[in-house]
Amino acid sequence: MKKIKKYSRREVLRTSASITSVLTIGAGFPSILKAENNIKVGIPTILSGRVAQLGISVTNAIKMAVNNFNNAGGLDGRNIELIIRDSRAKPDEAARVCRNFINSDKVDVILNAEASGASFAVQEVIRESGTLCLHTVSETSSLTADPSIRAWNAFRFSRIGIHDAVGSAKYAAEIAKEKGLKTWMSVNPDYAYGRDSDDTFFWALKKFSPGFEIKGKGWPKIFQPDYTEVITQIARAKPDAIYTSLWGGDLVSFIDQALLYGIFKNTELFAINLADYTTMSAVRNLPKGLHSATRYVAAWPNTQDNRDYDKSYTDIYGDHPTNWSWEASVGIDYLINALKETRSTDTKKLAEAIKGKTRKSFMGVGDGNTVSIRDRDQTIVDYSIGWGTTISNEPYMTGIQGADWNTIKELENEWLTDKGWL
Amino acid sequence: MEIFALLDCIISPACLLSQAAGGLKIGMLLFLVASGLTLVFGVLGVINFAHGALYMLGAYFSWQIMSITGHFGLSVILGALGVGIFGLLFERILISRVYNADLLVQILLCYSVVLILDDLVMIIWGDEFLSSVGVPEVFQVPPLFIFDAIIPPFHLAIISMSFIVGLILWFIMTKTRFGRLVRAAAVNPKMLEALGININLLRACVFMLGSFLAGLGGALAASVGSVVSGMGNSIIIESFIVTVIGGMGSISGAFLASLIIGMARSFGAVAMPLFTDGLMFLIMVLVLVLRPQGLMGNKK
Repeated sequence: MKKIKKYSRREVLRTSASITSVLTIGAGFPSILKAENNIKVGIPTILSGRVAQLGISVTNAIKMAVNNFNNAGGLDGRNIELIIRDSRAKPDEAARVCRNFINSDKVDVILNAEASGASFAVQEVIRESGTLCLHTVSETSSLTADPSIRAWNAFRFSRIGIHDAVGSAKYAAEIAKEKGLKTWMSVNPDYAYGRDSDDTFFWALKKFSPGFEIKGKGWPKIFQPDYTEVITQIARAKPDAIYTSLWGGDLVSFIDQALLYGIFKNTELFAINLADYTTMSAVRNLPKGLHSATRYVAAWPNTQDNRDYDKSYTDIYGDHPTNWSWEASVGIDYLINALKETRSTDTKKLAEAIKGKTRKSFMGVGDGNTVSIRDRDQTIVDYSIGWGTTISNEPYMTGIQGADWNTIKELENEWLTDKGWL
Repeated sequence: MEIFALLDCIISPACLLSQAAGGLKIGMLLFLVASGLTLVFGVLGVINFAHGALYMLGAYFSWQIMSITGHFGLSVILGALGVGIFGLLFERILISRVYNADLLVQILLCYSVVLILDDLVMIIWGDEFLSSVGVPEVFQVPPLFIFDAIIPPFHLAIISMSFIVGLILWFIMTKTRFGRLVRAAAVNPKMLEALGININLLRACVFMLGSFLAGLGGALAASVGSVVSGMGNSIIIESFIVTVIGGMGSISGAFLASLIIGMARSFGAVAMPLFTDGLMFLIMVLVLVLRPQGLMGNKK
């Protein structure tokens, strides 16, 4: 019978230590070195709760671009490493996550994908730390329009309330003229973005179509399940048109519930956030003829680049991109380009490389299908803003008209002057 | 505050009826959920923070059954029953272990379950919100015009259904042996145990009934609202307000308080659209100050 050799505890420990050392030196250590050398991008976003789709569609878009960059060799062999953390949509949590990115993870860049409330908190953190920050998602105008909030190291790649408002008001004014719409109501979510959207839309509508009457305003809470009290007000007031900046599941619930009252038979709905695939496909019986801005649809801008973007995203993730996806894609594209141009992760050099830059983009409607980061407020301009009407099935939108950016910029300046921000 | 708008509304039959019908619908749907919460608190003494998550499960179950069977009635009933069974397991496996624990432990346990369920539904049904279950074909008709007030027939159905459920609940609690035992258990569970009543079974049944009511509320809400993870968070706050106003543990109090909240929201939207939530809390504060035990609650 073969005798089993007995090892002493000391022998076991010595052997284990040797094996561990060899493995660490042979394989682990270089990978640690490699990881230390990576370009770290911290992404605070929402990955849980009812807005989880926001964080998922943003990170999907970023991963798509980063994988291409890393597979092509990165920046002189340095890969982009994404560190993604959930803020659960809480401003204080988003600020804490950002401070950890900066102090513990030593990130080179923060790509902020938070809603408005948390974005203001992120802005304060990066202003103190001087870390390069690319904002996406948040649409509240003042984040970059108000000079007291703006920061030299922050750039904005998201739609902005005032841009959308002017584009929307111009379109709405044309429809109002055509159909004789004189009376309005609005239904907007009762938080910073909803208030901003309501103010800027009606401010801009006055410029294009003065003399309308506002018959009432409904302010449902964000994520409110029941809109009955707002809808009964609409049914009673019988306005010619409704403006709403409700979004996602809230907008779906509002439309579903308003349909029970037959609201849209005699009232035109202008829903700025309807034309995203996730929203339109979730409305049970999407009525024909609701007006919406094109958040993200493959049909607009009507270019091969945009259709290709939609296809590459859909091929990987099995679902269409969202409005948040395109913002993140454009943001990460600017960052990758700045990294290649400067061959550095120095914040000042990267900021200089992004500021005022014009780039070709699938969402660009500037000369040669470009978008630009405006020098003055480090904010994206010349991105696609279109309005059209709904149809029940894919592509869900028809009769899309593009907004005129000269008008948008002209009225934006007027609005900024009114606010004392220009 | 637009007090003249409110006065105009009250003297106009169309507006009065329209807002009252809207308030009734909001209130009755809220009653379904809040009655379950108050029942569980009254008998078991547990502040079930997971009640909103059970409402959410009702919506998801109903959505799932609807997509399999395509039958609205079945989706509502089976969805609510599914939540009832889930509630039974929840009570037996978790809640029953913390009956005598600190309030904080009970709340932490329930809150953990809320977070787990919120994530679990996203894993099972995906991270995107789901479309509503939809209203049955028979109700996909133009709304009714009564004195020029617009009232959707489906709302009348929801009001009637909730009212019938309320009546059944009242009958069970006041006219049956089960109801008498439940009310006795709320006052002196040890005495019931001494009389040979299986108190554990009674508690499990009560929790199951409370969960069924939350599930029923969720299933009905899903008929005209998107279904999404975390959707129970807003209803739980309103349900607690109803429970406090009506009196902790009082079903009739929950009924009255739900109607008050429904009307406050409906008419509040006319008079003070930016303060409808504040109005609910204001009513709660007034009740807490003037009648701390709630409108129909007993002094303890």
